[in-house]
Amino acid sequence: MSKHCGRQSIRFENPIAIITSASTVGPKEGEGPLAEYFDTILPDSLCGEDSWEKAESKIVKDTFEAAIAKSKIPIENIDYVISGDLLNQNSGSTFAIRNFSIPFWGIFGACSTFGEGISLGAIMIDGGFANNILVGASSHFCASEKQFRFPLELGTQRTPTSTWTVTGQGSIILSNDIRENCPRITAITTGKVIDMGITDVNNMGAAMAPAAFDTIYNHFTDLAIGPEYYDLIITGDLGYVGHDLVLQMFGEKNIDLEKNYSDCGMLIFDKNSQGTNSGGSGCACSAVTFAGYLYKKLQQHQLNKILFVPTGALMSQISAQQGETIPGIAYAVAIENL
Amino acid sequence: MQNNKSKYQKMVEKSSPNTNLFLNCLNAFWSGGLICVIGQFITNSLLNFGCDLEISRTLTSIILIFIGILLTGFGIYDEIGKIAGAGSVVPITGFANSVAAPALEFKKEGFIFGVGAKMFIIAGPVIVYSTLTSVLVGIIYYLSK
Repeated sequence: MSKHCGRQSIRFENPIAIITSASTVGPKEGEGPLAEYFDTILPDSLCGEDSWEKAESKIVKDTFEAAIAKSKIPIENIDYVISGDLLNQNSGSTFAIRNFSIPFWGIFGACSTFGEGISLGAIMIDGGFANNILVGASSHFCASEKQFRFPLELGTQRTPTSTWTVTGQGSIILSNDIRENCPRITAITTGKVIDMGITDVNNMGAAMAPAAFDTIYNHFTDLAIGPEYYDLIITGDLGYVGHDLVLQMFGEKNIDLEKNYSDCGMLIFDKNSQGTNSGGSGCACSAVTFAGYLYKKLQQHQLNKILFVPTGALMSQISAQQGETIPGIAYAVAIENL
Repeated sequence: MQNNKSKYQKMVEKSSPNTNLFLNCLNAFWSGGLICVIGQFITNSLLNFGCDLEISRTLTSIILIFIGILLTGFGIYDEIGKIAGAGSVVPITGFANSVAAPALEFKKEGFIFGVGAKMFIIAGPVIVYSTLTSVLVGIIYYLSK
């Protein structure tokens, strides 16, 4: 039987176990609605370092180490690290693991990086190319603002459609060693780069929503299932605006997603008290929401089947200044308690 | 495809909340006005100290710039800006903020390629085009005389 289903999906022969998760978040996320689910909440965004970029690497390093320690797998038995972030040249990840001595795949999928990493890791394990793989993604509010937007202390206003980059890192370990009470990855759908002509860098939700819709729709088609198959379908960082657009697009296809569709960017902050406008964003938004909140809900069997869909806006500061439109991408990962 | 894109564009416009123009204008009006009142208070105080009008005005600008930078350093000016918007961007204190904020942000990259090179990333265009405009206005003034 072919593992490849339809145009974009893969159904795994031996669903891959997610044997552990670890999450670290910054102080603002620690004041948000999901605070109790995170392993570590940092008292300050600098994390004892002298720059935002160094702080991000420190967060990545510490969270990876926490995941390895929790899994009780000796570090030499971890075959690969797959990691990515938003800093130029993926330095958040590479600088963090320079002393790890584990073979490394650096990936970039903007804020969808975590979904891309899980997908690649699952393929490698199901294919027999690895036994244990450490996957993570990170972002840092201050470092992202510095790289993509304005200096922190500049007195500007944020538009209602803008999102707030999540500070933190989420790590998981994928394995073919099936332990008790481990959620399993049963299928993935790899997204296409989709550009619907959005140019507003302060409306990333709108730029990414068509990609999320396309990936989820093709996931249903390829696997011949409907939204009712899942307890929860959750996108990465579309925020309130993107979430609403995805619902409208499914509505046009007469598919009802209202009952079980949410977005990590809507869950991680309280938009009324935290001033985060359309919601959370960044690689860490989906990564920490999964590694913290969703993974625990799966282990507690409060959720048993979820479709996790990290989303990314594939623009750079240069492309935006040159007037380019913003392409989006989304990776769907089906995770179930078997 | 082009059809789909324009249809989607309309959908986005409908679904994206707009900024509250009236509230923003109101906040900009009173906060910007308040900064001007503070400036006027400083000028009047200096006049009372016996400074002449021209010196008082120059000193007022310098003092407001200092206050703008100080509040930027303490991390207060960006908080004011969240509410005040244009009210705290347009006055000279906002200009000071736009120079001090990148100077602080890029200090980690050193004094040459960090502070020195990046200090005017926001204020630079303002300086370039205001200088250019003043030259143009000067030429028009010269020719019309």
